[in-house]
Amino acid sequence: MINKNNKLTKEQVMHIAKLANLSLNSEEISKFEKQLSDILGYIEILDELDTTKVKPTLQVTGLENIFKDDEVEKSLTQDESLSGTKNKHNGYFKVKSIF
Amino acid sequence: MLNQVKWDMNLNELSIREALKGLKEKEFSCEELVQACLARIKAVDNKIKAFITVCDKEALAEAEKADELIKSDPQIFEKKPLLGIPMAIKDNFCTKGIKTTASSKVLENYLPVYDATVVKKLKEAGAIILGKTNMDAWAHGSSTETSDFFTTRNPWDLSRLPGGSSGGSAAAVAADMTIFAIGSETAGSIRQPAAWCGVTGFKPTYGRVSRYGVIAMCSSTDSPGPITKTVEDAALILKNLAGKDKHDATSVDRKVPDFKLKDFNIKNLKIGVPQQYFLKDMDKEVIDQIKQQIQFFEKLGAKIISVNLVNPKYSVAVYTVIQRSEVSSNLARYDGIRYGQQRTSFGTEAKRRIMLGTYTLSAGYYDQYYLKAQKARTLIIKDFEQVFKKVDILVSATAPTPALELGAWEKSPMFGELMDILVEASSLAGLPGISLPCGFTKNGLPIGMQIIGPQFSEELLLKTGDFYQEVTNWYKRKPSLSS
Repeated sequence: MINKNNKLTKEQVMHIAKLANLSLNSEEISKFEKQLSDILGYIEILDELDTTKVKPTLQVTGLENIFKDDEVEKSLTQDESLSGTKNKHNGYFKVKSIF
Repeated sequence: MLNQVKWDMNLNELSIREALKGLKEKEFSCEELVQACLARIKAVDNKIKAFITVCDKEALAEAEKADELIKSDPQIFEKKPLLGIPMAIKDNFCTKGIKTTASSKVLENYLPVYDATVVKKLKEAGAIILGKTNMDAWAHGSSTETSDFFTTRNPWDLSRLPGGSSGGSAAAVAADMTIFAIGSETAGSIRQPAAWCGVTGFKPTYGRVSRYGVIAMCSSTDSPGPITKTVEDAALILKNLAGKDKHDATSVDRKVPDFKLKDFNIKNLKIGVPQQYFLKDMDKEVIDQIKQQIQFFEKLGAKIISVNLVNPKYSVAVYTVIQRSEVSSNLARYDGIRYGQQRTSFGTEAKRRIMLGTYTLSAGYYDQYYLKAQKARTLIIKDFEQVFKKVDILVSATAPTPALELGAWEKSPMFGELMDILVEASSLAGLPGISLPCGFTKNGLPIGMQIIGPQFSEELLLKTGDFYQEVTNWYKRKPSLSS
């Protein structure tokens, strides 16, 4: 059952932004509060469909367990892999310190 | 704007079939063909803005190589069936060494170090990349307005939109800036811009064409496909694109048919007309034109059967949840560490979709949204299965309106999904669909008709479409653009 209380609060919007690693300004937060709530309001119609005995479809062509042989193949060189950024050092990607 | 029938034989106006014939019979060179396309791009793309990147030097270098091969090897077209044919590629396909942006500031300087499988296959077949085309950023939209760079205009009316998200590709084909183009469809992104731009757009069955190297939007529905001037051309491209790819676990291991056209008898065809696809607030001219085409099919001998499908308003809800959930996951990889800009560079539409998708997948909400939507998806799939026991194909309008004016996107936070109301169900079910030009409004705007079939029925759709293009001339009309 979809929760009928679909109005998102400012706190919820900020929490979602944190989960999504997005920084929003205050204008965006209030804009999204309304717009996301509107969209959730539309989605409520899903409740009208009876899915009690229905299995979810996650793969439309019925494929299961598609494997590749565990063989080493030609892949990107270290230079190619590092070519997309200036933030690198001695063959490593540089990131913000986490400790 | 008056749109006149154009019969000039400028090389850029050729179809793939005509261009191949001309190259094989040495009526013109590859270089001349590529030059004609580049000249056309130079003449009109400042008005249309279909291209983000034009690779003129590279394209001419490839044309030179192609001309050499044609001179030296009389069998070359058997090894390279698309040799020398210029193509435009939507900017969400990775092209090695050529900037690939998905029309987003996040990837504004991204240079892929590999080719998407689709690109690799087309290059191996000899096709030549003219450039990369504009799209809705990350494919989030149905108008090409959400591109972070600029909006593409509809060649039939420059104050209007080309549709989306493959708007640049569709506009490039419609304006004869290229011989064919490649697009991708999650729900409508090939079919709808093809309809708005008066060209042929083919969305294959999900898994028919590899998604490897295509910047992911909604992984469970994304389908790369051709946008062309004729159905015959679409069949030719599909033949070169389809097939299992070890790099894409969702690609299907199924023999690729020859997609041979012509062997077709309309009298054996059962056409289903879904009553729910004549929407209350649809454009009246679109409804009338589609009904006329259905009567036309009936006069030619097809059996027309009225059918019922789940109301498309449910597919909008199902698709919105599933797509935005998968988008939030797929766009999580853009962390600015290995390539690309920081996540602060995402545009508004991208942020909005990521936000909704994060919510619908989050703890406490996953069951009531994403899981519920995937169950509803099963109902939609079974609904089609039932209908296809009674009919061979379904026919309806592709889009509820013809091309809208600039600014349309901002009218609703669900604009994309509402524009795609007639294509979402078939996309969710992984079905193939083709959009064909089937008429024009009083104002000269193209109207598209779509044909949907069961999974893997591409050959039937192509045969039906090709037959339709043999007995009608809509696809031959070109926009009148002054250069």
